Amino acid sequence: MKVTVIVRLKPAILDPQGKTIQHSLEQMGFSEVKDVRIGKIIELNVEGEDEPTVRARAEEFSHKLLANPLMESFEIAVDGR
Amino acid sequence: MQSMGAEGINRITRWGVVVFPGSNCDHDAVIALQQFCGQEAEEIWHCSETLPELDGIVLPGGFSYGDYLRSGAVARFAPVMNEVVNFAESGKVVMGICNGFQILTECGLLPGALGRNVGLRFICREVYLRVERSDTIFTKQLEVGQVLKIPIAHNEGNYYLPPAELEELEANGQVVFRYCDRMGRVTPESNPNGALNNIAGIINRAGNVLGMMPHPERRCDALLGSPDGRGIFSSAIHHITENWPCPAARRK
Repeated sequence: MKVTVIVRLKPAILDPQGKTIQHSLEQMGFSEVKDVRIGKIIELNVEGEDEPTVRARAEEFSHKLLANPLMESFEIAVDGR
Repeated sequence: MQSMGAEGINRITRWGVVVFPGSNCDHDAVIALQQFCGQEAEEIWHCSETLPELDGIVLPGGFSYGDYLRSGAVARFAPVMNEVVNFAESGKVVMGICNGFQILTECGLLPGALGRNVGLRFICREVYLRVERSDTIFTKQLEVGQVLKIPIAHNEGNYYLPPAELEELEANGQVVFRYCDRMGRVTPESNPNGALNNIAGIINRAGNVLGMMPHPERRCDALLGSPDGRGIFSSAIHHITENWPCPAARRK
């Protein structure tokens, strides 16, 4: 199954990359862009048929490795859902 | 051999420096311990599932596993880390420098996380550190308010901890080093990376695990700029020889 994990910085965490991109966009004339936050998309090809099991395992490895729960939140999609 | 750090100790201590793929301050740490502190030090490969008998462990600086995903995130699951955690939990001395600090926060031996530097730049330069405590394992030979000049070299040194936990960290006196100016004043201007409360180095609750972003192993001799880093190693060495006067038995 195709598992997609989106990792985001939590709202309280400063995102200097996002800020830099926002400034750059502003200089390019896209001054309507008020805030930019940068995260990660991780795509995984996972063996298994049972969606709840695949999802539960993905929750586990995302919590353990893909995201640092102190600074980041994550969202999981299995086969696009 | 220069061994000023070994003055007044009753035995030679034995250290392990963990080498991850991408570590690049491992040799510096070994040389600092051997040549400038007069101790025994050996490299420990990250795949080792057992440790030799050691008195202390250093997790060195560098870019373990290419800093992929997050600094220290992958190294934390290296086979050797189970034993490093057991070693730390048994009360033995563990020091994480730069990438080593990042690994210690990822594996939960130290609280917090190290995010991207506020200026988005890799910073490699001398900074000043204010010693906050002189009653810890790692600062016994230093004085409160003493200013150390030691370099940093990192991209992710922006120390973060949620507000309530940060308050607890401060209340427990776990902050050992803060970025400051040359007069020892802790100011926003002297904070190179945006770290909360100018935090440059912390210890765990038990006090036997230290994590710091600056590189004391690079400043163990006046010829290399300053000997300011040596006091941190020699403090730990004295602590070990006072508390474990007999050498750890050599593994057969």
